[in-house]
Amino acid sequence: MDLDHIRNFSIIAHIDHGKSTLADRILELTKTVSGREMRAQVLDTMELERERGITIKAQAVRVTWKGHELNLIDTPGHVDFTYEVSRSLQACEGAVLVVDAAQGVEAQTVANAYLAIENNLEIVPVVNKIDLPQADPDAAATEIAELVGGKPEDVLRISAKTGAGVAEVLDAIVERIPPPSGDPAAPPRALVFDSSYDQYRGVVAFVRMVDGAFAAREPLRAMAQGTRFEAEEVGFFSPTMKAAETLGAGEVGYVITGLKDVSRLRVGDTLTSERNPAPEPLPGYKDVKPMVFAGLFPTDSDDYPDLRDALERLKLNDAALFYEPETSQALGFGFRCGFLGLLHMEIVRERLEREFDLDLLVTAPTVAYRVLERNGEWVEVHNPAEMPREVDAVEEPYVRASIIIPKDYVGPVMELNNDRRGRFDHLEYLSPERVLLAYELPLAEIVLDYYDQLKSRTRGYASFDYDLAGFREGELARVDILIADEPVDALSMIVHRDAAYARGKALVERLRQEIPRQYFDVPAQAAIGSRVIARETIKAKRKDVLAKCYGGDITRKRKLLERQKAGKRRMKQVGAVEVPQEAFLAVLNLNDGSKR
Amino acid sequence: MRPPLLGSKQLPAFDRSWPGSTAASAKPPRPLSGIASDASVRHLYVHLPFCAHRCGYCDFVTVVGRRSQHAAYVDGLLAELELERELLAPQLETVFLGGGTPTFTEPRELERLLAGLPAAAEVTVEANPETVTPVLAALLRRSGVNRVSLGAQTFRPALLRVLDRVAGPDDVRRAFYHLRDAGFDNISLDLIYGIPGQKPSDLDADIDEALALRPEHLSCYELEAKPGTRFTHAHGEELQRQAEAMEGYFARVVETLVGAGYRWYETANFCRAPAAEGRDLRSRHNLAYWQGRDYLGLGIGAVSTVRGTRWRTTPRLGPYLTALREGQRPLRELEPLPEAVRRAERLMLGLRLDEPLPLAPVAEELDARALSRLERLGLARRTALDGGAAATPGEREGALTLTTRGRLLGDAVTADLLA
Repeated sequence: MDLDHIRNFSIIAHIDHGKSTLADRILELTKTVSGREMRAQVLDTMELERERGITIKAQAVRVTWKGHELNLIDTPGHVDFTYEVSRSLQACEGAVLVVDAAQGVEAQTVANAYLAIENNLEIVPVVNKIDLPQADPDAAATEIAELVGGKPEDVLRISAKTGAGVAEVLDAIVERIPPPSGDPAAPPRALVFDSSYDQYRGVVAFVRMVDGAFAAREPLRAMAQGTRFEAEEVGFFSPTMKAAETLGAGEVGYVITGLKDVSRLRVGDTLTSERNPAPEPLPGYKDVKPMVFAGLFPTDSDDYPDLRDALERLKLNDAALFYEPETSQALGFGFRCGFLGLLHMEIVRERLEREFDLDLLVTAPTVAYRVLERNGEWVEVHNPAEMPREVDAVEEPYVRASIIIPKDYVGPVMELNNDRRGRFDHLEYLSPERVLLAYELPLAEIVLDYYDQLKSRTRGYASFDYDLAGFREGELARVDILIADEPVDALSMIVHRDAAYARGKALVERLRQEIPRQYFDVPAQAAIGSRVIARETIKAKRKDVLAKCYGGDITRKRKLLERQKAGKRRMKQVGAVEVPQEAFLAVLNLNDGSKR
Repeated sequence: MRPPLLGSKQLPAFDRSWPGSTAASAKPPRPLSGIASDASVRHLYVHLPFCAHRCGYCDFVTVVGRRSQHAAYVDGLLAELELERELLAPQLETVFLGGGTPTFTEPRELERLLAGLPAAAEVTVEANPETVTPVLAALLRRSGVNRVSLGAQTFRPALLRVLDRVAGPDDVRRAFYHLRDAGFDNISLDLIYGIPGQKPSDLDADIDEALALRPEHLSCYELEAKPGTRFTHAHGEELQRQAEAMEGYFARVVETLVGAGYRWYETANFCRAPAAEGRDLRSRHNLAYWQGRDYLGLGIGAVSTVRGTRWRTTPRLGPYLTALREGQRPLRELEPLPEAVRRAERLMLGLRLDEPLPLAPVAEELDARALSRLERLGLARRTALDGGAAATPGEREGALTLTTRGRLLGDAVTADLLA
């Protein structure tokens, strides 16, 4: 196919605005799938994706429309996956921006539109769900035109559900989106924009051919890493894998590498031919770093090897997942894991529990901190327990947050943001009724329960998105929790100095309720360095004996003791104090929820 | 004191395969296999389930009223005794009649039962104050009973009502003097503390009232609100609210009674000190339980432990009577007691006593590190056993005693000590 007849595009939208439905209709209309094969959300293969209605992995499907080859590169819709969105967008020349006719522009619409503009993509704006009774296509079209520039009348009006207007979308893709540029005669170069792992065929690379062509059986090389392999097969998705003889310039498809080790082929690398190598690789993606961290521990310590295997396997398909072994005296052996954001964490956790049948204990999420040590060196800290006690400065990640709300909720949301150390940036009226609030917020303030709070203060009307704005210095302190003068690593936290007292107090109060009384008084303390900021005492128990024990009571009493004994085996030892794992759980849950 | 009854649903299903439990057998049943006919059991418990009414907090096997069945029940007990007589030593040490309310049993039937039971050095009957008349006291006395355990529970009228008790404070005093007048020189009083609404001053007053009667023996129990009882349903929440305030009651009871010259010889039991009395006033029958001796229990719901097997007789009156009328053993739940379990029980029960527990017999079940920790915390003490230079290896292991605090925390301490 010559370049002029190829179009590579993505569909971008806020969650539930109809991206997947539109993709389904396109597959149907172009007869890529027959009606019989059609099921909702064909592109979302993972069970979890189908259930949550979100897309995790980017995929590329080739369809044919009026003599043109259109490659639809699917993108994840959620904020945590900005990384994957931008990867997908780099493989395209255009994007269909979908907005719900009843909801209008939402926070993710804005974030995704900006990403598309940053990547120099031609945007095809679409208002969807015009069949809904509460639809206001004109208002939505005006909002979208204002966002991306252009005239409201250029915004297409469709119903992906009924199929109305979808053909016009395909026409607009052909007419408005430019064909790919690239040199079919040059030495081949292909950008790896994603990969997947198949246990029989090894690493499958999703590529966008820029120059030249690849053929099956051709020896290839990943330019940055130097990995060499033979292309076992090349082809494209339509929507299932279809082998082809070649992949040519401008096309999107896959290369089966046969590599058994996913780390040998990085997303963002450039593939070239071994026989006719390109002199320069394509510009790669910036390496994204996980920003949200949490400890994952198996509830049953015997499951540790299973957890390790499961993380290894998840990592094969999730380059953004980071993990390293972590040992906690309170929780045993586990892993400190890094995630792009909260949803990413939630999805990894659910996949571990659901697909690998693991029972997990997750510590309160924290963020990556940059710490200037006394020796003048900057180090990154992912675990409060590793934060040096003596530091010259601490920096924490901030995000630029866009919050779109009905104007009546501006007050409550500003109050929430102030509580969370937010810095107001600006306020914008998207329409007479709807407001965009732009704030800078510390990431640490949103990882716990910000989204829940936001939803509850706006009766569910708020939409929220963020992207990272870099590190800023903060008045942060490491708060340690001590039980009977022994620090408990799993409970250490890094908090703003102003919040340290309240957080420490809530935590030791909870510990007092959760730790069973011992033979002696047990102090539970929160401390910054050697300074105790909150203290509670778990009073020694004064009596623990069944009053009555005669001939008929002996068996019952013995069984009670056996149970008591079994309970003790599940206790974690903190110094001289026995603490049930449930107590840690309860305290960690507190961190998770309504601590403020 | 209290009848040896097991909480229900704890043991394996009733065993129907016993020799003699099949209806076809005409011969008298043979003794349980594994329990040799070697007559060795020296302690006999007899359960008399009848009560005038059921107290709300009670979870024992009781039968309300049914006066017409008292005679049949005594027939059953005596028949059961005959079936098991081979287990009993020629001379028993103790017999204990518990309930229920043994003294609510028709006097004629009670007398017939006592006449049919083997003699023993200590024969105890539990009595409710309202049932003790001079006539009944005399009946017990002439039937060979030499110890009475009187269920006083409390002397506060309001608290008695909370417990559904029929007797008033004066009934308790009157019953006590009737017994004294009949010649009983070994009387025990039961007290209950931790009753909903009981203030520390109520507790002090109860102990004072009890001490004023100068009983030889006192049993003091914390009220156990067992799940499922009418009482727990009515008072459970209140008890939970009071739990912390009442935590000190046990220590208060111990302190007061020890101060008054009583020996705290078992977790819940006190007796006048031997030095003042010239005789050992501990309950010999109950000591048998705590020292891990074998005992035979007769009657519905009664528990026996005879060399490595424990069993509990059916708690149902009808089937019990039917089986014995036909010369069969009633249905029983069996629980085998392997050596390790018996050692664990020895430890658990032995630590309730004030006497040092020899360590050698229980050493295998003992967590040595836990013991050292408890010693450091001042809850347990290892002592030498007498034996001097000629000490056997067992004696050199020494013995274990819990301190006062250790005894107040006895269950936690025992759970720690069990390996």
